[in-house]
Amino acid sequence: MAMLDVVNLTTHYGPIQALDDVSLSVDRGEIVTLVGSNGAGKTTLLMSICGDPKPTSGTIRFEDEEIQGMTTSRIMRSGLAVVPEGRRIFTGMTVEENLAMGGYYRDKQEIARDTDYVLALFPRLKERYHQRGGTMSGGEQQMLAIARALMSRPRLLLLDEPSLGLAPIIIAQIFEIIEKLRDEGTTIFLVEQNAHRALSIADRGYVLEHGRVVLADSGKALLANDEVRRAYLGG
Amino acid sequence: MKGKLLPAFFAAGLTLLLGASVLGVQLQSQGIETVVVVHGPLTWLGLFAAAAVVFAYQLVKDRVQRVRQNARQGSRFRLPAFLENHAQRRLMIALAIGALLMFPFMAERSAVDIATLTLIYVMLGLGLNVVVGLAGLLDLGYVGFYAVGAYTYALLNSYFGFSFWEALPIAGGMTALFGYLLGFPVLRLRGDYLAIVTLGFGEIIRILLNNLTEITGGPNGIARIPEPSLFNLQFARRADEGYTSFHEFFGIAYDPTHKVIYLYILALLFALAVAYIIYRLMRMPIGRAWEALREDDIACRSLGLNPTGVKLSAFTIGASFAGIAGSIFAARQGFISPLSFTFIESAIVLAIVVLGGMGSQLGVVLAAVAMTLLPEIAREFNEYRMLLFGLIMVLMMVWRPQGLLPLKRPQMELKRG
Repeated sequence: MAMLDVVNLTTHYGPIQALDDVSLSVDRGEIVTLVGSNGAGKTTLLMSICGDPKPTSGTIRFEDEEIQGMTTSRIMRSGLAVVPEGRRIFTGMTVEENLAMGGYYRDKQEIARDTDYVLALFPRLKERYHQRGGTMSGGEQQMLAIARALMSRPRLLLLDEPSLGLAPIIIAQIFEIIEKLRDEGTTIFLVEQNAHRALSIADRGYVLEHGRVVLADSGKALLANDEVRRAYLGG
Repeated sequence: MKGKLLPAFFAAGLTLLLGASVLGVQLQSQGIETVVVVHGPLTWLGLFAAAAVVFAYQLVKDRVQRVRQNARQGSRFRLPAFLENHAQRRLMIALAIGALLMFPFMAERSAVDIATLTLIYVMLGLGLNVVVGLAGLLDLGYVGFYAVGAYTYALLNSYFGFSFWEALPIAGGMTALFGYLLGFPVLRLRGDYLAIVTLGFGEIIRILLNNLTEITGGPNGIARIPEPSLFNLQFARRADEGYTSFHEFFGIAYDPTHKVIYLYILALLFALAVAYIIYRLMRMPIGRAWEALREDDIACRSLGLNPTGVKLSAFTIGASFAGIAGSIFAARQGFISPLSFTFIESAIVLAIVVLGGMGSQLGVVLAAVAMTLLPEIAREFNEYRMLLFGLIMVLMMVWRPQGLLPLKRPQMELKRG
């Protein structure tokens, strides 16, 4: 049984259909990536999993529990965490406080332990520990956003465009961390425009076009697929 | 300098032209005819003087602006160094509290009375600071909760004979309930919409109190609200049945200032308690959640927080402080009517929060003192009083738009194991 199971999901924004009968699944311990062009519905799919917008039809099962009707805050407390598009860290708060917010529902000892864990994962954040989030570089903010999401000890981590607007060297670091997280047991669902990078670390991938899944295969196979190469990898 | 001469001349000329047409000449009707009356030399002299001032200002405008900019950069007020240290800060706070406790025994009765009112505004400011400054919810109807608190005590007393101390927790709970009930439907709204709904709420409460004549006495208000007792000791000349009067108990002569001083000390203790509670809350996860929500509510939801719940907690807690302040206000006045709870009160409390620097407690305290003392000090200027008050507010916004003492984020000590 898959960890996350999306079955025949359809989502509308008012009268506009954003997702059309999308089905996909993520197994425990995998990195699964969703690639597609601008406006294909990648973020909508991710946000539908998080409960906002609510899907029009279809089911979303996380660890055998149907979550499509739950409120966002409930879903986010059920062992799932998201790094939203555009990072959305708390700019007026220090790194420390941002991390504490990530572990809002956990007790002090757990927060202290996990803070040590994410600081070991992102040594850069340790240097910036008492600095306000808004004064850091884009890459550092992205690291903070991931670290903050990890503070709730998620079993499944959803990432929305973690490479957006970052320098190639930082992107490489972020993807390294993502692989490391998978190796340490966190399941990862990665939405990316940077298809090449995403597919090269992914165990499996889906290609989304106009709200529909048009291709599904292993990361390697998709990377070698002619259509994918033409559409997303520049030939 | 040369490049500025022409615009300066132009501005001066414009001043003269506009001034002359408005002040220098006037149309007067004499019978059926309308004649133009040209004013005397004094008016013209005044106009030329004004033009000269404009001319001069245009020439030095740049410099003035530069000075202002420097002032703005330089005005980042820092706490004196001796306040940076925790132990010293604690000592300073203890000294300040000591001085405040001594104050009523040395000051005049009227000064103590004004100080009590100031402390009530401090409480209101601190309470609204939670809602507006920390949680970022613009509440224009805060006075509604203040009224609920005051009327809860007044009504419980006049109908059921509750004493101040019995009514106080009920007043706090009652306003919290009102805050919760109001907050529940409206906190889905944001910014301007929330402001309008809360504004309406404040007015509804006042109008309701005004029109429920049978219960609240309507515009006549409720009179003879007793002041609080001190463990069974009353401050009246003659105590009620079952009570002892304060002056008899201690065997001293009756003095009405005892009551004023007692109310002051009571208000001071409550204000300190409110400040301390909020200080603690700000450093707890819930306080951080308020601020996080103000910054980015999508991020908060992505972390599993329920924004409505978090907002509701800020709203409810803020409201209950207003309720307590309201009860003390009712006890101090001895008489309340809906007129004490008009929109202007909300506006003043909001001004205290904004002037103090959103979110900062010390700033709010200073602003509350300034906002209640300034009108008193300016009393000598008679009709120019409010004008002066307005001028000070405008200058304040020009020089320190961030408030007197903007919030410096509390930082936790890092424990390295």
